[in-house]
Amino acid sequence: MPVFVLFDGVFVTSGDFTPARTEMESYIIFHVLTAVYFVFTGGHTTEILRLLSCLSESYSPRHYIFADSDKMSEAKIRSFEQKRAEKFSNSQFTLDRIPRSREVRQSWTSSVVTTLYSILYSFPLTYKLKPDLILCNGPGTCVPVCISALLLGLLGIKRAVIVYVESICRVETLSLSGKILYYFSDYFIVQWPALKEKYPKSVYLGRIV
Amino acid sequence: MKSVFVTVGTTSFDELIAAVSSPPAVRALRSRGCEQLVLQIGRGALEPAPRRAPAFALDVFRFKESLAEDLRRADLVISHAGAGSCLETLEEGKPLLVVINEKLMDNHQLELAKQLHRDGHVLYCNCSTLVETLQSMDLSTLKPFPPGQPEKFALFLDKVVGFE
Repeated sequence: MPVFVLFDGVFVTSGDFTPARTEMESYIIFHVLTAVYFVFTGGHTTEILRLLSCLSESYSPRHYIFADSDKMSEAKIRSFEQKRAEKFSNSQFTLDRIPRSREVRQSWTSSVVTTLYSILYSFPLTYKLKPDLILCNGPGTCVPVCISALLLGLLGIKRAVIVYVESICRVETLSLSGKILYYFSDYFIVQWPALKEKYPKSVYLGRIV
Repeated sequence: MKSVFVTVGTTSFDELIAAVSSPPAVRALRSRGCEQLVLQIGRGALEPAPRRAPAFALDVFRFKESLAEDLRRADLVISHAGAGSCLETLEEGKPLLVVINEKLMDNHQLELAKQLHRDGHVLYCNCSTLVETLQSMDLSTLKPFPPGQPEKFALFLDKVVGFE
């Protein structure tokens, strides 16, 4: 499956099932995942890269999508991918930009407008990639992409599994994206026990970044 | 405690810079063996002048690509409550004193610093209590900070997508 890496979220798109015969005469089903990873400026970028660090090479090729106002994440991602390419010879990735749906502390009314704009922008991209799995870890840009993926599911085109990982900075309260995606994600991961208590449908794996 | 590193990350925190470079604070640091004080002032307006004395040096800078070297060199880190700064410092295994910026009381960033303090990984004060904290703090009470485990996430995700 091609891996779709979105800054501010992760997309995983489906790929081909290719049965292969092993020496032991049994069949292996091959999944090559296309995932989209969302990352953010500053600490959130570091977080998503750590989340990705232990994923197998089945999650490849990766398509990263940036918020267009994000200046710092591209360098971090390229550096991460370069190291990865040193370990895995077939490592592949691409980079795309979409308009940022909301700046920090942006007003509500203008946020709705910019989010709608981001959805209009991200829907064609999501449609093109048809993710199987979306992985997000924070604010802004992941919401329009997840909404696009949900629309694709409603239209019967592609059903994505949405996995949201709340930032390690969030100990007692969720981010705005987290509050929204708690209801729309399939798996909602928190990194502190207090959040697990407040949001019982969440998954707690301890600290994962 | 020879080398002390003060960081405000990408923010501006003039009150901390002023407090930590004030004569009482410098006296307190020097009485604990500090010979080098490095101030990373970020976007702050207050820029103390660097100093070179026989037993004491003050260095000042705004930003660097990476603070890893400064963190490694430090025997004590005094930091704003930013998550990145806190986590990077703890991962280097350095004693950390977090100074709360009371102008940012609503900032959710405080959640992490508070939790780290509750768990015994960092010391915690504000600008007005900085000097007395520097005088009385016991760094040996700090607990080491174990690294996060992204491999647990990988295992979880593998199950979710059907790789086992």
